Amino acid sequence: METFNYVKAPNIDKALAAAQQAKFIAGGTTLVDLMKLTVETPRTLVDINLLPLDKIDKLPDGGLRIGAMVRNSDLAWNADVQKSYAVLSEALLSGASPQLRNMATTGGNLMQRTRCVYFREPSAGTPGGYGCNKRTPGSGCAAMDGYNRMHAILGTSDHCIATHPSDMCVAMAALEAVIHVEGTKGKRTIAFADFHKLPGDTPHIENALEPGELITYVDLPKPVEGVTSTYLKLRDRASYEFALASAAVVARVEGGHIRYIRVAMGGVGTKPWRSHEAEAALMGKPANPATFKAAAEAALAQAKPHKENAFKVELARRCLVRSLKTATA
Amino acid sequence: MADSINPHLKHLLPRSPEKPTLAPDQQSVDLEPLTQEKKGSFSRRSFLSGLSATGLLAGAAPLAAAAPLIEPAVQNDADAAGSVTVTLRINGKDYTLKNLDPRATLLDTLRERVQLTGTKKGCDHGQCGACTVHVNGRRVNSCLSFAVMHEGDEVTTIEGLGQPGNLHAMQAAFVEHDGYQCGYCTSGQIMSAVALLKEPIGPSDDEVKQAMSGNICRCGAYTNILSAVKQVRSRA
Repeated sequence: METFNYVKAPNIDKALAAAQQAKFIAGGTTLVDLMKLTVETPRTLVDINLLPLDKIDKLPDGGLRIGAMVRNSDLAWNADVQKSYAVLSEALLSGASPQLRNMATTGGNLMQRTRCVYFREPSAGTPGGYGCNKRTPGSGCAAMDGYNRMHAILGTSDHCIATHPSDMCVAMAALEAVIHVEGTKGKRTIAFADFHKLPGDTPHIENALEPGELITYVDLPKPVEGVTSTYLKLRDRASYEFALASAAVVARVEGGHIRYIRVAMGGVGTKPWRSHEAEAALMGKPANPATFKAAAEAALAQAKPHKENAFKVELARRCLVRSLKTATA
Repeated sequence: MADSINPHLKHLLPRSPEKPTLAPDQQSVDLEPLTQEKKGSFSRRSFLSGLSATGLLAGAAPLAAAAPLIEPAVQNDADAAGSVTVTLRINGKDYTLKNLDPRATLLDTLRERVQLTGTKKGCDHGQCGACTVHVNGRRVNSCLSFAVMHEGDEVTTIEGLGQPGNLHAMQAAFVEHDGYQCGYCTSGQIMSAVALLKEPIGPSDDEVKQAMSGNICRCGAYTNILSAVKQVRSRA
């Protein structure tokens, strides 16, 4: 691991001031892992564990404001989240391990990086190492013709096929969360759909943050009346494993027809995958297997499989169908 | 032999713990980290690590005069460049660690600096749970946290949970139910299980298994681990 300067920030202003070629460290579950692999080599670490961003508060409009430092386990166990945003609690509890959930934070989970074995290889992107355009633009992508069983089938480009690994983000995509950030230039909000970037020809740029910006809160909108929400995660073992395919569904059925629908998928996209195609195929339609099947076809119509992950196309379809069944039961 | 060691390697010399008073049927365990003044006594662990540090595999009493050190060998008062000082509160005691490399994880610090070797390193990447300790009463993977970040935190290791003759109920349950084979994952399993008692986990076996799924066991002692955890839960 490369060595670093360590700064513990007592407040937001000091944290922002210290963030020159620096990375914020909260739970450390992604950052320390990647620093051990020399994938991340920050010159300065700004520890933000003292910042007063660890509360979950109801907003005047009925929504929920989640501090960036709220631990994943606390967010999952929160009574308001379990009652009104069940998909978020289910998604969080399906991820990682209890220990990791106690350390990881809301902000950190948004910033989580891909598990691609080539990205995580210490020498990738360096001369003589595996090509990784995310590590070093232009160095190639070893995953395209290599081990790509866990890689993405949606949102890929010729430069990168790495999956976004977060479960929390899939739920937040379906809930249309809003991310608050603060930088030396001031505060702004970012719609969830705009936070994570497709790889395109710039896979090294993963999100919309400007250098030195700090995530402060994530707002959930007022809960939609009468919806059921659920998260289904399919993977090689029943726990402590990333998704092969997952589906977050928020749905309201009235008179047998779908009157509200949001769909997002995980394990298949280069970013948390909100599926407008599925939603268009579901809205107003009768809540039955034929509809669900059509929605799943629409969701995966643009899927581009690679040598080892073609199975994900059908798996993802069935995952969505099952999740829709549960949400509309 | 220790006197003739290159002074630059002195900080690699083993640190020998004082032997606790033992009942006739008990074996020596490393319970307390040593203080700077202790000299002379040594354990199996320090003997073996001393052999490798000195490069000797045979030789007369290489460790008889081993000088135990907690601090890395910096001869002057100035801190080594880039190093930090942190005071960690571990099992209720304060340890001020000077000249700590900021890269030192909580796990490595507990094991190598403070000599509390009950916490184990399995994968060093948060994927196995062998390194599980409590920070402020909550279970975490100590391999994924820098020691320097824990100033002001209460850290509890397996050594702080219970001792021979004064076992925590969970430790006793693991013994009773034979919840281990090689024992390497066991301290992490026990720390996880104890923390679980304060978490909102449902009553079923499946829920307990999910809650313990952050600790993997190569020997496959899972069935007995589950029994041990259930026993303590039912009595809590």
